Amino acid sequence: MLRFDRAEATLGSFRLSADFEIAAGARIAVIGPSGSGKSTLLGMVAGFVPLSAGRVLWAGKDLSQIPPGDRPVSTLFQDQNLFPHLSVAQNVGLGLRPDLRLSPEQQARVADALRQVGLEGMADRRPAQLSGGQQSRVALARVALRARPILLLDEAFAALGPALKTDMLQLLERIAGETGTTVLMVTHDPDDARAFAPETVVVVDGIAQPPAMTGPLLDDPPPALRAYLG
Amino acid sequence: MPRALSAGGAVAAFMFALILGTLGIVAVHAGGLSALGPWDLRAIWFTIWQAALSATLSALLAVPVARALARRRFAGRGLLITLLGAPFILPVIVAVMGLVSVFGRSGVVNEVLAWAGFPPVSIYGWQGVIIAHVFFNLPLSVRMILHGWQAIPSERFRLATSLGFEPGDIGRHLERPMLREVLPGAWLAVFLVCLTSFAVALALGGGPRATTVELAIYQAFRFDFDMGKAATLALVQVGLCVAALLLASRVSRPAEFGAGLDRDDVIPAPGGWRCHADGAAIVLAAGFLLVPMLSVIAQGAPGIASLPGAVWVATLRSFVMALISAVLAISLSLALAQSVARGQRWTEFAGMLPLVASPLVLGTGLFLLLRNVTSPTQLALPVTVAINAIMALPFALRILIPAARALQRDYGRLADSLGLRGLARLRILTLPRLARPLGFAGGLSAALAMGDLGVITLFADSRNPTLPLKLYQLMNSYRMDDAAACAVLLMTVSFALFWLFDRGGRIRAAL
Repeated sequence: MLRFDRAEATLGSFRLSADFEIAAGARIAVIGPSGSGKSTLLGMVAGFVPLSAGRVLWAGKDLSQIPPGDRPVSTLFQDQNLFPHLSVAQNVGLGLRPDLRLSPEQQARVADALRQVGLEGMADRRPAQLSGGQQSRVALARVALRARPILLLDEAFAALGPALKTDMLQLLERIAGETGTTVLMVTHDPDDARAFAPETVVVVDGIAQPPAMTGPLLDDPPPALRAYLG
Repeated sequence: MPRALSAGGAVAAFMFALILGTLGIVAVHAGGLSALGPWDLRAIWFTIWQAALSATLSALLAVPVARALARRRFAGRGLLITLLGAPFILPVIVAVMGLVSVFGRSGVVNEVLAWAGFPPVSIYGWQGVIIAHVFFNLPLSVRMILHGWQAIPSERFRLATSLGFEPGDIGRHLERPMLREVLPGAWLAVFLVCLTSFAVALALGGGPRATTVELAIYQAFRFDFDMGKAATLALVQVGLCVAALLLASRVSRPAEFGAGLDRDDVIPAPGGWRCHADGAAIVLAAGFLLVPMLSVIAQGAPGIASLPGAVWVATLRSFVMALISAVLAISLSLALAQSVARGQRWTEFAGMLPLVASPLVLGTGLFLLLRNVTSPTQLALPVTVAINAIMALPFALRILIPAARALQRDYGRLADSLGLRGLARLRILTLPRLARPLGFAGGLSAALAMGDLGVITLFADSRNPTLPLKLYQLMNSYRMDDAAACAVLLMTVSFALFWLFDRGGRIRAAL
């Protein structure tokens, strides 16, 4: 269970507060106007945004003092998810060992993860030699290998076209489903939320509201969300 | 994250301790500061006015050259602009050798003067110091001012052409406002360099009328062994630099390593006498800069093979020292740059401290600190290596900080989220991504260390000279053919070191 215990982050004059729980294995969409603090909410979990009050707990354990890389969290950013000077296999291998000293068995797992996302034979390429969709697949292969219980997506697929995005969400669903990963996905697109996330967190006016059922929420949005959705 | 912070923080703390500490040690050892005599006051006065005059001459002469380079296109223009960057890594003593061979007693200039019936001029004395400073800093000024010219948006020139501006109108509305912005920075940059000048003053100056503060520190230490005076002069030197830096911080400074000085759209180039004037400016400047170097090469190149064995030993010694200095400099500056990139601004200040420190004071302080442990002769080489690394820090930092900032911005969070830290982060992320700026910074540091004739003179004896010192000794004993050959060798090795590092970084970055 991921718990925001009266958690607050203050960035200059901006303040975001969250006080709710998310069940383990849940898939949550995070929506709200730009600048409302969606990325800040994810940053509180990932460790990039220090808390000014309260706590964030995973399975009863306070995360605040843990550095980002040691948290039970994988993050996919909007861009720069891959190191351009490393090969596809190395980028994926970072998910197993950050120092890349992989055993033969671990190398086999990297190859397997690449096969799972449909990138067989691309192991030695550089990210620049791949299409945008293929780059997302590399990042997802790394997420699968890292196997952290929480996955944060900060508009990770925003740059992809609709068909590719659907593919990615299906792949994501499969990877998250296999390991029971808890997913928080920031998105601008209500259709993504409907397709992927049974529950949705609305972030508006400096408050991240407790998760609500996505369908009814989007069918009959509260006024602040209605203004954003148009 | 904490580990990288402490590495940069530790380097910064070390820099503060070293630079302020050595100053303190010199002062304490002196048993307080001794009063300055009329000789010392004259050295302070000379330091200031020669720096001001050198900076003014460099700036004034640079304007027509920069304008000509900005608006004319000719074969070899790119090469000439590249060469303008060379004096930065040209060993001072080599340039001095070149100037001596042109302006010296038996140089071309005096032969022409004698032929025309004029009395000879001397390259030694205050005029020699000024000529050498202009020689070194004119290219720097030209590059900075040229950068200013090319920073004027081409739309402005297009508009000016469409409005039928005459050259005078372009000057009034476009060029003079740009120069008002650029010139103060260019002037101050040269002023600062000349304020701390040592090797030029050592080789060409001296005497009551051409002694800089740095040279006076050297004389106090080496000839009088008057620590009190050395300490007082050291404080004066620091004071002068701090004052100049404070002044500089109020003035916008143009980028000094402005690369890629080429643009396709040409600035309107007036014809007529202005075309001839531009041509003359370029020819005169190129001649002033190239003839001394070509003259040394012509005089020295044939003699390299027959240089005595001691010169080759000195070459190897200097080469190894320069390599160690360069590796030290880029290690220290990488640690500092990374902590600056993470938002620790005070560490940048620590890295810029060498700009106000005098290498001779650093050397004197280290000597006093270590003299009970070991002898000055044994100290000479290690202290020189360390001080050369430290003096290269500000330049290496200026190259590395923007690159480290970009790396942190683009990949810092990804690396943090993957738990990439410590040596693994250095090996997998930092070194490969920063290979290019590291190679460039390493090349500058190596070339500066290779050509340095500074602190080594404090401890030097005739048994283990560096190559620049060997060259200085040859010049002093008037073995001019050997000196010229030695100068060619030193110049070649300096440029080769720069090229090796820079090329290595580029190749690694392209992998």
